[in-house]
Amino acid sequence: MELEKVLERFPKEQTYLIEILLDYQKSKPTQHLTENELKEVANYLDVPESHVFSVVSFYSFFSMEPRGKYIIQYCRDVPCHISDLINVKETLETLLDIKTGETTEDQLFTLEYSSCLGQCDGAPAIRINDKIYRNLTKNKLQMVLAEYRGDHHA
Amino acid sequence: MPKIKINNLEVRADEGTTILQAAKEHNFKIPTLCYYPDLDIKSDCRVCVVESVGQEKLVTACSTPIYEGMEIKINSPRAQNARKAIIEMILANHDANCTACVRNTNCELQNLSDHLGIVHNRFETIYEKKPNDTSSPSLIRNHSRCIKCGRCIDACKTIQDISVLEFSGRSHEVEVGPAYHKDLADVFCTYCGQCSTVCPVGAIMEKSDVEKVWQAIDDSSKHVVVQVAPAIRVSLGEELGMQLGSIVTGKVVAALKMLGFTKVFDTNFTADLTIIEEGHELIHRLKNGGKTPLITSCCPGWVRYAEHKFPDLLENLSSCKSPQQMFGALAKTYYAQRESIDPKDIYVVSIMPCTAKKYEAIRPEMSVNGEDPDVDAVLTTRELAKMIKQIGVDFDNLREQKFDKPDEVTSGAAAIFGATGGVMEAALRTVKEVVEEKPLEKLDFDTVRGYEGIREAEVEIKGETLKVAVAHTLANAKKLAQDIRDGKSPYAFIEVMACPGGCVGGGGQPYGTTREKQRDRIHSIYQVDRLMKIRKSHDNAAVSNLYSSYLGDPSGELAHKLLHTKYTKRS
Ligand code: SF4
Ligand code: SF4
Ligand code: FES
Repeated sequence: MELEKVLERFPKEQTYLIEILLDYQKSKPTQHLTENELKEVANYLDVPESHVFSVVSFYSFFSMEPRGKYIIQYCRDVPCHISDLINVKETLETLLDIKTGETTEDQLFTLEYSSCLGQCDGAPAIRINDKIYRNLTKNKLQMVLAEYRGDHHA
Repeated sequence: MPKIKINNLEVRADEGTTILQAAKEHNFKIPTLCYYPDLDIKSDCRVCVVESVGQEKLVTACSTPIYEGMEIKINSPRAQNARKAIIEMILANHDANCTACVRNTNCELQNLSDHLGIVHNRFETIYEKKPNDTSSPSLIRNHSRCIKCGRCIDACKTIQDISVLEFSGRSHEVEVGPAYHKDLADVFCTYCGQCSTVCPVGAIMEKSDVEKVWQAIDDSSKHVVVQVAPAIRVSLGEELGMQLGSIVTGKVVAALKMLGFTKVFDTNFTADLTIIEEGHELIHRLKNGGKTPLITSCCPGWVRYAEHKFPDLLENLSSCKSPQQMFGALAKTYYAQRESIDPKDIYVVSIMPCTAKKYEAIRPEMSVNGEDPDVDAVLTTRELAKMIKQIGVDFDNLREQKFDKPDEVTSGAAAIFGATGGVMEAALRTVKEVVEEKPLEKLDFDTVRGYEGIREAEVEIKGETLKVAVAHTLANAKKLAQDIRDGKSPYAFIEVMACPGGCVGGGGQPYGTTREKQRDRIHSIYQVDRLMKIRKSHDNAAVSNLYSSYLGDPSGELAHKLLHTKYTKRS
């Protein structure tokens, strides 16, 4: 969808900033926002561009890098971090062969960290797009990833 | 008036004041960090926490209002501990290499640490050294020293309405700077430097020319001359430990001689010249139906702003160079010729209350030979104070000296350039008297004086009413400029200064400048004016002499070549 079309649906009020950005980001296959788009939103709402960037850089659900179809977020707050089941970060980075913040070559997965996912009792946990996976082991992770890969091929 | 208790002392305080204000009234100084007198209260840092008896949590003094019967304990162990912990945490995330910092002995964080008795830090150092942003010709951002107090953000937003600075990121990755982590030169920064005067630490400062100037002074092949801007003589003293608003004109001259400058000149001379040129321009535009309102152009922060944000109004800007640049151009032509010195050997330094002047000096059009800048180095008030400290001059006790001849003659009209409304008043004194061809009855134009953000006045000249306006800060200038764009501006002549209070509140003035201090300096500036023998620019015989012996007519061919400039649309 074009950004203009999204903007048209909202009044020119600063309170809609986050909603506009979210709506538009979701509509893009790359799930990310660019500098030019931020500028356009800033002009539309008549707010400083620095403010729009401030908001985008604050929330982990916004990205200024193109992202894969599935966004995997792991939590690095204490319970997940010290969980003795596995080290999620390292395991995921090895399985996907990318570093945190990067996207796999097939544009399927992006790996990110996030603040607490609210799953401390099921640590370690991850979120893939809107779905949560808990009590992860290496095996379980491999299965989950395979599922998504299969899903994609189907 | 509510009765309250501060540290067991019973006092009265005004209804609606904050704990911080009430305490200050009674000479208690509560430590603060994110709080700054002229800016919005953010209550972010929590350095100002005190105990309010009966309340479980500590309260922030900067934002909590007092009430009848309130009992405040500023220094309860709990409050002291909390404050200490906050400062220790900030220090752990700060490049605290104090001896290698411009703010050493003049830093709010250092002071707080000292006053709170912090001798060791319980927290582990976690800051990451990041490269400085040196992209701007005027300012340097040191990210590793930034303590994220947000004051600069506020200055840029509320004083200037520019907002190039903002927070970004979250938790321990928070940063302060332009959008997309860009450098200052890559966003629309006016280089006004207001952010630098409010920063509590050494995280934003001017790009220093001190080393360059020492080298020039040491180079025997160079003839090093220096000019002193009108606002310096009422602010330098305070930076060197004297009373606020001290008038130190003669001491500045003496100190500059001791530093080794060959000749010490007064920018007020070219301020008088500016009035002659700009006065002519105004009269010419009014007579011939030229573009009005005419807007002053001596403030480089404003010029840069106009070029970016109001490119459609550039014809309204006076084509006159600023006094700094008129001086530079004359130094490398007229002065070189008169003294028989090769212009290439003349090195021009200016002492300015301003960081944007550093940018103005390197604008390519500010070069009479098309190669070298007319002004080679610009030092802020703060930089000059550093140099004076470096050679260990006892400034307070210096014997006053006079500016160098023959251009030492200046008027009171030039002196008031340093205050908001000053250029306007100086111009009116000349324009009214020249047009009416009879002596002014009253020299002071009180209606253009003062501190209101925008002031307007009507002046009778030869039976006709001239409407004029004065604006200081870019937030206010924007309003007047927008009116012109919308065809609603009733004015013939407008003065704009980008900094609050005019140059007395410039971005190169002493750290911690506030409205109150600006007012003291303004007061002193009008005092300087009152004490001058000559008070009108066109009565300055040295200026008339310059025209008759060298420049020819005001606004004439040579005057145009040397004293006027062009502007560039930048958006
Ligand atoms: S120099 Fe002026 S415009 Fe630039 S960031 Fe600082 S306050 Fe803003
Ligand atoms: S640069 Fe200075 S004023 Fe700005 S946030 Fe950092 S410490 Fe505060
Ligand atoms: S000074 Fe009060 S919270 Fe920062």
